Amino acid sequence: MALLQISEPGQTTAPHQRNYAAGIDLGTTNSLVAIKRSGQVETLPDEHGNHLLPSVVHYAEEDILVGHTAHELQAADPLNTLSSVKRIMGRGIEDLSSLGNALPFDFKASADSHVPRIKTRQKHVSAIEVSAEILKTLAHRAEQTLGDELSGVVITVPAYFDDAQRQATRDAARLAGLNVYRLLNEPTAAAVAYGLDQNSDGVIAIYDLGGGTFDISILRLNKGVFEVLATGGNSSLGGDDMDHAIGEWIMQQAGLGDIDSILLRQILIASRKAKEELTHDSQAHIEIDHEQLKVSLILERATFDELIADLVKKTLMSCRRVLRDAKLDKKDITNVVMVGGSTRVPLVIEKVGEFFGCKPLTDLDPDRVVAIGAALQADVLAGNKPEQDMLLLDVLPLSLCIETMGGLSEKIIARNTPIPVARAQEFTTFKDGQTAMAIHVVQGERELVSDCRSLAHFELRGIPPMTAGAARIKVTYQVDADGLMSVTAEEESSGVKADITIKPSYGLTDNEIETMLRDSMSHAKEDIDARMLAEQKVEAKRVIEAVDSALSQDGHDLLNEDEYAQIVSARNQLEEMIEKSTTEELKKAIKDLENSSEEYVARRMNESVQKVLSGKNIDQVDV
Amino acid sequence: MSIQLTDVAADRVKSFLQNRGKGIGLRIGIKTTGCSGMAYVLEFVDEVEEGDKVFESQGVKVIIDPKSLVYLDGTEVDFTKEGLNEGFKFTNPNAKDECGCGESFTV
Repeated sequence: MALLQISEPGQTTAPHQRNYAAGIDLGTTNSLVAIKRSGQVETLPDEHGNHLLPSVVHYAEEDILVGHTAHELQAADPLNTLSSVKRIMGRGIEDLSSLGNALPFDFKASADSHVPRIKTRQKHVSAIEVSAEILKTLAHRAEQTLGDELSGVVITVPAYFDDAQRQATRDAARLAGLNVYRLLNEPTAAAVAYGLDQNSDGVIAIYDLGGGTFDISILRLNKGVFEVLATGGNSSLGGDDMDHAIGEWIMQQAGLGDIDSILLRQILIASRKAKEELTHDSQAHIEIDHEQLKVSLILERATFDELIADLVKKTLMSCRRVLRDAKLDKKDITNVVMVGGSTRVPLVIEKVGEFFGCKPLTDLDPDRVVAIGAALQADVLAGNKPEQDMLLLDVLPLSLCIETMGGLSEKIIARNTPIPVARAQEFTTFKDGQTAMAIHVVQGERELVSDCRSLAHFELRGIPPMTAGAARIKVTYQVDADGLMSVTAEEESSGVKADITIKPSYGLTDNEIETMLRDSMSHAKEDIDARMLAEQKVEAKRVIEAVDSALSQDGHDLLNEDEYAQIVSARNQLEEMIEKSTTEELKKAIKDLENSSEEYVARRMNESVQKVLSGKNIDQVDV
Repeated sequence: MSIQLTDVAADRVKSFLQNRGKGIGLRIGIKTTGCSGMAYVLEFVDEVEEGDKVFESQGVKVIIDPKSLVYLDGTEVDFTKEGLNEGFKFTNPNAKDECGCGESFTV
């Protein structure tokens, strides 16, 4: 007979109607799957008892191997063994160069798509297909364990993943034949795993120090609802750097200078072992037996702590920055959750505890905590816990903006706004009789569009001809719970509408996001100057436009030759200056043109008043 | 009239209850549903309801409603592994026929 699990009181479902759901932590190096059954959540091992599945896929002659077996073949057959594909999820060919030469894949650009494909002996595969293989393996493991099909999964993604990266993750799940209940931010999953959602409120810091990356996120829990206040970190800081620090110490002790890569590898393996010993012992023995180097050293915990002090300090600087982003003080933090294998290092726990002034939560295995949180959320979304309405909110990593006249970017939805969200803003036409408007959606913090990331272009056509500034065009930005975006533009008087769903073919790296954020601060002054100049340019063009339109209507009727020539000359001078002047010079030229046409403007006013009034007595005039 | 838990099953129930952090025992029962008429119920218990029979097996409080007891008398509940799958298994002398998957039965 079927094997049964214990349900919550009154929650027994009819046979074949059970909703089995799994949480999947789809990692860069390792992936995990967890499920909830009989009231508890566990990560699932494979038949050999391994919980972690290396995120490695090997394309053999006929078969596709995933995990440990693939990992073992990596050294022998690197070109057909793909790892770390998470780093290229949702990226275009253009983005790959920014990743450097770190990925030893043979990329092949295809004519019909932005998605880079990796050449293997079987076929050209995309990162999405590779991720789908990993997801398939994990889902299969869960189904074997449950003895039933999965009704849906929750997959975790880094909080800084952009639309394209999230969409690529969803596509991978679809390709694996999985129903995605939702994508969940990794830090949020960690908080859920510790049951912090059971508290009524609080502010939680998630300190995630992995092998090669560091992420810090601040979540706020308000009446059982999570909101990600801010995220930050360093995408090249982690446990590997600790290994390198020990490695350098070993080389220093042995008086070594340049060494070959094989010895370096051996030193790093020994370093890693020493680091792991030091998580529970006060000293570690390091033995290296190589033709160039035979050493037997003892590394004291205190020495190790000194070696990694700077690294830990760097992470705390990120913590400080992200607190500032969230406009919070250290003492506002009620809980600190530790995620990632490197948080086992005692100095890290100690310093993080000191920094936030509270004891970090370390009870759960820091490698599994994200998958556990995902499984808990999956269980709720599968409807197995209906009385509890756990809604998780995420935030936008970067502001969503629109290009306005002069190449300026105007923020519609600010960074760190919780999603789902919809914001609208009204715009108008710039020229008389303008019937179309180009809408350019960009993402970033800088003032000029050219410094931000372009997401999409589209046009609103069919605007009825009106004078400049009369049309009312409402542009609505909407971001759904999964971070996918749609934009609508509507001319309100006529109801003409255009919209676009943004599914960009490539996205931003977390490095880029970080750089963009840093740039917005370090370039704040130039940006303001650039904005002011751009605004003056727009103003100058607007004034010229207005003068031209007036002159063509009644310039010759109301002005004598001299006056006319004077205005035209001021106008021409301003036009000439637009592209080559400073903000101040432009301001002055605009003022000059306004001064020389002051009299003309006054005459036009009188003229139009007279037109309205002529032939009417005082009673007929509407006041 | 009794229901037996095996040692393994009792140990698992105890650890599940402990992990859950609340609950006084295990409810075993049947409900009329499923492809062959009746299906087993296996739930945590926070409160004993009126008329419930409560008895102990291997240190675990087993709670059962009197109607279900008729169909379950003499049942043994075990905890087993089948490949990667693991869970509770009912051996019910009253069941005459099971559906293919064994989740429901007739008496």
